[in-house]
Amino acid sequence: MSETKIYSKPRSWMKDVHTHYCPGCGHGIAHRLICELIDELDIQKDTLSMAPVGCAAMMYDYIDIDYVEAPHGRAPAVATGIKRVRPDKMVFTYQGDGDLASIGMAEIIHAANRGENFTVIFINNAIYGMTGGQMAPTTLIGQKATTCPLGRDPRLAGYPIRMCELLASLETPAYIERVSVAKPKYIIKAKAAIKKGFEYQMQNRGFSFIEVLSTCPTNWGMNPVKAFEWQMETMMPYYPLGVFKDYE
Amino acid sequence: MGKVLMKGTEAIAEAAIQAGCRHFFGYPITPQNEIPEYMSLHLPKHGGVYIQGESEVASINMVLGAAATGCQVMTSSSSPGISLMSEGISYIAGSELPCVIVNVMRGGPGLGGILPSQADYLQATKGGGNGDYRLMVFAPSTLQETVDLVQSAWDYAFKYRNPVMILADGFMGQMMEPVEIKPHETDRRDVKSWAMGYYSDRGNERTLIKSMNLTPELLEAHNIELQKKYDRMQKEDTMFETMDLDDAELVIAAYGTSARIAKTAIAHLREEGYKVGLVRPITLFPFPYEAFEKIPPSTRHILDVEMNMGQMIDDVKIGTSCKYPVSFFGHCGGLAPSVEEIEQECRKILG
Repeated sequence: MSETKIYSKPRSWMKDVHTHYCPGCGHGIAHRLICELIDELDIQKDTLSMAPVGCAAMMYDYIDIDYVEAPHGRAPAVATGIKRVRPDKMVFTYQGDGDLASIGMAEIIHAANRGENFTVIFINNAIYGMTGGQMAPTTLIGQKATTCPLGRDPRLAGYPIRMCELLASLETPAYIERVSVAKPKYIIKAKAAIKKGFEYQMQNRGFSFIEVLSTCPTNWGMNPVKAFEWQMETMMPYYPLGVFKDYE
Repeated sequence: MGKVLMKGTEAIAEAAIQAGCRHFFGYPITPQNEIPEYMSLHLPKHGGVYIQGESEVASINMVLGAAATGCQVMTSSSSPGISLMSEGISYIAGSELPCVIVNVMRGGPGLGGILPSQADYLQATKGGGNGDYRLMVFAPSTLQETVDLVQSAWDYAFKYRNPVMILADGFMGQMMEPVEIKPHETDRRDVKSWAMGYYSDRGNERTLIKSMNLTPELLEAHNIELQKKYDRMQKEDTMFETMDLDDAELVIAAYGTSARIAKTAIAHLREEGYKVGLVRPITLFPFPYEAFEKIPPSTRHILDVEMNMGQMIDDVKIGTSCKYPVSFFGHCGGLAPSVEEIEQECRKILG
């Protein structure tokens, strides 16, 4: 007896839409993992989220759940407001590295420290994508960006910020893990991590944070294959994958 | 509950709770700290939630999130804190969400001082944040009026799905007066049609709450709809008080504590035979321009009295179509004009 596998889109993916993301961008993979989990956990009607500022600002065009738009960096504060009123609903935020680790640093640290019972998905591609490739707080030493054209100089801009390690120094968070979407084996682990974040929220365990190492072929000036290689060769040594904090 | 003697800030907080407010997000700043303090103690007893944000920026965004769920949410701050909240206020207005914001004004600009002031008239009524948006702005002049306006603020916030600001000067926050606070109910029956969290109730239609629109024609259309709402406020919901206008030769325009001081001055001046009247806007946006149309032909001069450098004077000139000379008298920086000073200014004008 033969088995035929047919490609299907998640039910929570908007009908008949294609994303605006560039070829080789990690956002599409991360979005799909979220949708698959929303379907598997059957939480589409009970999940509330915020659109961030950045390339994912229009993610509400792709994921069919309730959305509100958050100002740049403020998604964890907006999520706090939502979850405190509706603790019966699933709430997740989705922010890039400029949004979360630069302009929104205060909001993410304090949401983590209050132990807000929602799930944060943090997309780290070491650059500002939407605005056209400026230096991010996560841009690596020597990495070129439009506002550090000769490469990031730590004497001028300091060293890249490792968010998982920073947040893991807090007592309150329930779960902190860094994953990647560079290869199928990493993608499977990334999905498991996001699932754990959602499940911890369902169990009222508090704040969970999943950092996803992503790619930006356009602003890195690479083709998609090279971009994923660069992520594994250059980003992973500085941003090691793994669990930094776990409730259990 | 009969009348009880309460401090302004605490009366604001209790009035809000009695009107159904169950969620409060704020950050400490003088002179309004008794509001979050009161909320932190009393909201949990009513099944509500008080969270101290890490900043005014975070607090107003917590308000944004809570407002998106259709609940009765409130924050309070004072002038520099409201400046920090302006980004979030613009988003809340652009996203058409209801909330109540209390500004217990202190002197500015910048860090300014901590004493009472009316220095945020322009910020509250003409903008503060970016874009074509308006807040409804209420300026109480007694504590009972403060209580009544705080309670009705949610009626307007939900009627228009728009933020409402209680613009109280520091005197309103810090003085004590007898007030009666009754339970008040706001009609929120339509929240399921627009708020987050009712996917199933809407027949599996999600809700999307946002202010961004990258298509210029659609963004313009959104702005035109917002403007219609502001025009409707102007038509239906201005509030003002007039006093001794019938034969007035001099009309004082003042709101909040300034109006209260002016009333005493007018009573004294009337005893001396001076024909002085008052127009007191209660809504600063929508501004009650029509109140100034009631000014009698006997009027020779308008005196704008405020605790700032004359921020309302342009609206007074619009309201009177520049038919009368308008001058300003007031103090700022934490000082208030005295009854005697206002009397003296009026005598000088009337000759």
